[in-house]
Amino acid sequence: MTETGTQPTPPPAPERRRRRRGGRSAEQAMVPDVEFTSYYGRPVIKEPVWKEPDVPAYLFLGGLAGASSVLAAAAQLSGHRELARVSKVAALGAISLSGVALVHDLGRPTRFLNMLRVFKPSSPMSVGSWLLAAYGPVAGAAALSDVTGILPSAGAAATAGASLLGPAIATYTAALICDTAVPAWHEGYRQMPYVFAGSAASAAGGLGLLLTRPADAAPARDLAFLGAAVELAAKRQLISHLAATPGQSLAEPYEEGRTGTVLRTAEALTAAGLAGTLLATALRGRSVRAVSVLSGTALVAASALTRYGIFKAGQTSARDPKYVIRPQRARTPRRRRPTGPPP
Amino acid sequence: MTERMGFFTDTSICIGCKACEVACKTWNEVPDDGFALSGMSYDNTVGLGASTWRHVAFIEQPSAVGDSVRWLMSSDVCKHCTESACLDVCPTGALFRTEFGTVVVQDDVCNGCGYCVPACPFGVIARREEDGQAHKCTLCYDRLSTGMEPACAKACPTDSIQFGPLDELRERAQLRVSDLQEAGQDGARLYLDDPADGIGGGGAFFLLLDEPEVYGLPPDPVVTTRDLPSMWRHVGLAAAGLAATAVAIGLGRRR
Repeated sequence: MTETGTQPTPPPAPERRRRRRGGRSAEQAMVPDVEFTSYYGRPVIKEPVWKEPDVPAYLFLGGLAGASSVLAAAAQLSGHRELARVSKVAALGAISLSGVALVHDLGRPTRFLNMLRVFKPSSPMSVGSWLLAAYGPVAGAAALSDVTGILPSAGAAATAGASLLGPAIATYTAALICDTAVPAWHEGYRQMPYVFAGSAASAAGGLGLLLTRPADAAPARDLAFLGAAVELAAKRQLISHLAATPGQSLAEPYEEGRTGTVLRTAEALTAAGLAGTLLATALRGRSVRAVSVLSGTALVAASALTRYGIFKAGQTSARDPKYVIRPQRARTPRRRRPTGPPP
Repeated sequence: MTERMGFFTDTSICIGCKACEVACKTWNEVPDDGFALSGMSYDNTVGLGASTWRHVAFIEQPSAVGDSVRWLMSSDVCKHCTESACLDVCPTGALFRTEFGTVVVQDDVCNGCGYCVPACPFGVIARREEDGQAHKCTLCYDRLSTGMEPACAKACPTDSIQFGPLDELRERAQLRVSDLQEAGQDGARLYLDDPADGIGGGGAFFLLLDEPEVYGLPPDPVVTTRDLPSMWRHVGLAAAGLAATAVAIGLGRRR
């Protein structure tokens, strides 16, 4: 019988690693000399038990849905009917799929409604459940009214309501993952909401570009451009902040191995999508459809990869005790009594 | 609420008998957690989890004197934090604080969302594959309700695990650690006894003979929800920015 979070084969002996003074780069040399001990290399905290692709998909789809509602309202306000309709339907589709992903991830899916027996601001998941419960029906009403033409004034009210709740749906997930003991997430809590907002806007704008005629897609191009720019800048901020964590760079899990490749690919796709969007804007309605389709696809894919990469980086940082112990040791030298030699 | 009750685990007199692990399993009817050999000294339990609520750690260190070995043994348990992250983040209210100041999961409410698992700074609480729900030490809530001490403390043959009112335990622990330091045990220190620490002090705290991380414990745990107000502010700003962008685009692209 196994339980989540317990791996079977730990290394044979207690490990003691010493960081050498003056590392390879100037950045490392600034890190204080911290001795690192762990219990047989075992993790200190438990890795998140959230499943793949459920939870990364949930993070991505929630962002896509929330920002699509924002785009729908902008398109409605500016008189871009086709884009407004596409965005409302996209929001409904994405939030429905994200709901499925959420329920599927629960250990006891039949008890999904237990989320709504209390409201706890101290739990981002509780806040998120209530947000979803409010946003889902409103986004649904906005889409249905637009597609069927029934109750247009109620539809307009729903569109406005969804555009108010949408930004919260797109960004609360940053608090969801940062409000944990997972070092690579928690230490990035000041930057993560902006990464998520940018990534969501970029994905929603991208989907609008992909599904709408260029002549009707001007607001989508704007949102895609702004979102992609914010996503790139905020991610850079996040990484440089995490790299400067005393005792241990928490940027490592984002930069190394497969996760590093995923996030670098995401960045390249965002940059490509941003350039394509600029080109499409410069060409205005006259642009070839292909530019919009390619840019939109790149931005949507980049957003999904970004969420996946961030999810994986968190897991990595939970698994290796150095990411938990070193930053804590680096911040507590004064509070600790000196350890004498063992008797 | 009655008096706050807790554990003081004095690892300096732990003999590694694992009676606490067995008593806990037996009383609480916790399922087995595997029969693998770990290669980690005498520790085949490996760590706390959904089906392991007491865990005895074994650490073999080279002694300063001669070729001998210093053997550290320590029985780990849920810390029943004053500021408890698992309880804070639980979206269903399944985790609650009892009249004894302890933190307990209600099985009939937990929906297995798993949020408590990465929230715990000690890696205590975990989700069991079989029932999809979170489980951890209850500090024997059922026994406390009838005036009995928890099974692990009852079974401990050396009183390494002491149960009682938290205030009394803290006083006793102070005396014990001073005695040890006077006797030349320079490494002796209390862990999680201080209400001013990052979790507001543990309802279960420890006397250790080396750094916490040697035992697999975090050296300076801080409950994640201390930063949550700031997180919500950043989320609010990001969300407001997104909404403002929509209005700006909507007005700017009017036709």
